[in-house]
Amino acid sequence: MKVLMFGWEFPPHITGGLGTACFGLTKGLAKHGVEVIFIVPKSFGDESQDGFRLINASDIELDFTQTMTEEFREKISYMEVGSNLIPYLDPEEFEKWYSEEITGKKPKTHSVFDRKYQFSGKYGANLMEEVSRYALVALSVAKKFDYDVIHAHDWLTYAAGIAAKKISGKPLVVHVHATEFDRSGENVNQVVYDIERNGMEEADRVITVSNFTRQIVIERYGIPSEKVFTVHNAVEPVDKPEMDDVTKHVREKIVTFLGRVTYQKGPDYFVEAAHKVLKRDPNVRFVMAGSGDLLNRMIRRVAQLKMGTRFHFTGFLAGAEVDKMFAMSDVYVMPSVSEPFGISPLEAMRTNVPVVISKQSGVAEVLQHALKVDFWDIDALADAIYGILHYDGLRKMFARYGKSEVDSLIWENAALKVLEVYNNATGH
Amino acid sequence: MRSVCLYFQVHQPYRLRTYRFFNIGNDHYYYDDYQNRHIIRRVAEKCYLPANRMMLQLINEFGKAFKVSYSISGTALDQFTQYVPEVIQSFRQLAATGCVEFISETEYHSLASLGSEKEFVRQVESHNKRVEELFGQKPQTFRNSELIYSDSIGETIANLGFHTMLTEGAKHILGWKSPNYIYCNNLNPKLRVLLRNFRLSDDVSFRFSEQKWSEWPLTAEKFVGWLNTMDPHEEVVNLFMDYETIGEHQWKETGIFDFFYHLPSALFSKSNFNFATPEELYQRLQPMGALSVPYAISWADEERDLTAWKGNELQTEAFSKLYSLSDAIEKCQDPVILRDWGYLQSSNHFYYMSTKWFSAGEVHKHFNPYGSPYDAFINYMNAVSDFTIRVEAALASSDAVKKEKKPARKTVKKSSAVKPKATRKAIKSASADVKKSVKKDVKVKAVKASKKVVAEPVKAKAGIKAKVVKESKKGQAKAEKPAKPKQAGKTKKVSKPRSAEQN
Repeated sequence: MKVLMFGWEFPPHITGGLGTACFGLTKGLAKHGVEVIFIVPKSFGDESQDGFRLINASDIELDFTQTMTEEFREKISYMEVGSNLIPYLDPEEFEKWYSEEITGKKPKTHSVFDRKYQFSGKYGANLMEEVSRYALVALSVAKKFDYDVIHAHDWLTYAAGIAAKKISGKPLVVHVHATEFDRSGENVNQVVYDIERNGMEEADRVITVSNFTRQIVIERYGIPSEKVFTVHNAVEPVDKPEMDDVTKHVREKIVTFLGRVTYQKGPDYFVEAAHKVLKRDPNVRFVMAGSGDLLNRMIRRVAQLKMGTRFHFTGFLAGAEVDKMFAMSDVYVMPSVSEPFGISPLEAMRTNVPVVISKQSGVAEVLQHALKVDFWDIDALADAIYGILHYDGLRKMFARYGKSEVDSLIWENAALKVLEVYNNATGH
Repeated sequence: MRSVCLYFQVHQPYRLRTYRFFNIGNDHYYYDDYQNRHIIRRVAEKCYLPANRMMLQLINEFGKAFKVSYSISGTALDQFTQYVPEVIQSFRQLAATGCVEFISETEYHSLASLGSEKEFVRQVESHNKRVEELFGQKPQTFRNSELIYSDSIGETIANLGFHTMLTEGAKHILGWKSPNYIYCNNLNPKLRVLLRNFRLSDDVSFRFSEQKWSEWPLTAEKFVGWLNTMDPHEEVVNLFMDYETIGEHQWKETGIFDFFYHLPSALFSKSNFNFATPEELYQRLQPMGALSVPYAISWADEERDLTAWKGNELQTEAFSKLYSLSDAIEKCQDPVILRDWGYLQSSNHFYYMSTKWFSAGEVHKHFNPYGSPYDAFINYMNAVSDFTIRVEAALASSDAVKKEKKPARKTVKKSSAVKPKATRKAIKSASADVKKSVKKDVKVKAVKASKKVVAEPVKAKAGIKAKVVKESKKGQAKAEKPAKPKQAGKTKKVSKPRSAEQN
């Protein structure tokens, strides 16, 4: 089995979870003997716009090269395509970024976390142009190689996938990591939505990262359920450095929210639940780590509830700071309103931190050793936090089973399910 | 004559309502009335009432050759009384036929046999009394919750005067032995032990409607055919199951009623078996030998052990937290506290916290009102936390009352021997005050009252004799002062009563 795969990022150029997921998936597929030609858009600056370059897997600079296997080197071809396509940006943002980039006003660092999401429904011409250009490049690539199936990740690459399908006649699998409804609630960008739906309709098979997302794909995009398959994400079993040297400077237990402070992540439910817990037990500290368009509102609400001395904001955290935050936490809370998968609770569990997650998240489907509540049920959320802080049995149980549960979610198993979908699509 | 011993367990727990941590200390009602009422009425309609009617019909039809036995937990009886009293009436009708044996169990379907022997015995005795009152027979047979049994539990039961105890015919305790004989307890051979034939029992209670099962559909004739293939020396087949099997776990549509309805006629016409109750077996048969069960067994899951209720850290913590209150409870009189103490002990609460169904066990899932064992644990612990506060408060107030009464009396006695009249008067009036306030306030405002009570007698005591007031430093400091006037008092009489006043 040989796969032509369109992604939008790949290590080491990662800005979000998708690159990590693609990397894990291709590695997992390699273990099952699947060959992958992986194509990503990349801004080369001076290069011709229809050019692409093939990079040997062994040349990929990775922070974690030790996890590269021989299989991976043999099976994966990695290719960067000249394009300015950038993940996690909506059309307007893209426009802004593009102009800044061209005029050189801003250094080229993109972080998903500090961007605001503003959807007014306006059409961002440049981003859509890039999507089409990527598709054109894809065409030329698609002609040059031989493969059995095409696999496209998220809406930016759907057009490329469809183009490749048209020219080769090979089946197309699209992989939904998030939908427009997750990103922007009910204020859906019609253009993005249309691209998404078109991709799913043209696809022979649709893979979703959770049943939660599968339901959205079926109900809100009108895709027939028999061609939509759930393959839950997995995680790389990376051994994080020991955090023994992290010392808490406060005596109180720490309850943490870590993520973008946006509508999708449900930070307001965390604030309200904190208030309920603090009313009963003032010996707790709550931390909101991250930034986003709702941050100021959260700060105001915390002040209004007069719990400023017990509720802290750290702003955006990255890298080692995140690990340190986890190491200091006694409870990790992810009250997302809509979360296709949600990898952060798994990272918390790896550091033996008990987690409370919303039922409206894909990760809730695969975790057993976690407390699950409806995101809107503040009472239940507060109760779960209080329970972990006060009843020792919970901490013991999570410490005993949580980490091993996370470690069992390996890409090799997820890749096998993807392979089944390929076989199914190709009629093998 | 070989026998079939048909025994049904009737139990419903008081399920807890969603009880949040902010209810702790504010709200002392833990039960989900809506759910409990709804379930007990549904099960009564689908199972208890029609099944009882069928049993009565069979008894009438077969001229008392048909025998059946039941145990009904106290929490089920309470809920019948509360929501469907006609169920109790229909069991009494069955009792009146003389063909039905009522078996004792723990009042609350509890795990007390594993937590506190005293509490266990108390519950068995109270349930015995209740069964006798309701159904007019003194139970001679005992079944522990979940058929939990060990040598030592059996011994406790033997000492309570029971003839027989029921348990599981677990493979790992039987080895090559057959469950189809009567055995006796290893420590006290007076107690007979009847073992559930789990294969035949589960054929009915679990597999009856399983269409993938090679023996489906199961008819009474087929079942009797299996009995006939048994070794002719074997004496008894114990079919023990939940009564809810008939009509609730196995719906009426599966033909479960027909199966039981036709079982007696098939048995009488096509085999040499009869029906017997445990007590009849006790009267008729001799035990084959002693059965050694050093570690407790139960009827649950493949392992037939206790891991469904005490298998993980959640269950262990909840269990030890609850039973750590045993000693305190003994001193409690409050009927509402005692009721909650009982209801919180039902084994179901611990079953809901089991993580075993993560791996397998559809059965666990089926009986669980909670989304996850973690939810069950948090909810239960919240309720127990509130309960603990209540028990402690009740205890503190009763302790306070006791403390007060004693020293006050003592003081009166001692001082009356040595002290002059004026002092005695002062003391009397003080202790009378104490008594009054105790009487008045104890029940209503226990805690407040105790504070008041503590304050007064210290005054009274301190004035009279330093010895008595040792408990508090404050009291001691005060007591040193009057010691001087006491000495001086020999010469100046006036000073003594004054010292009492002063303090």
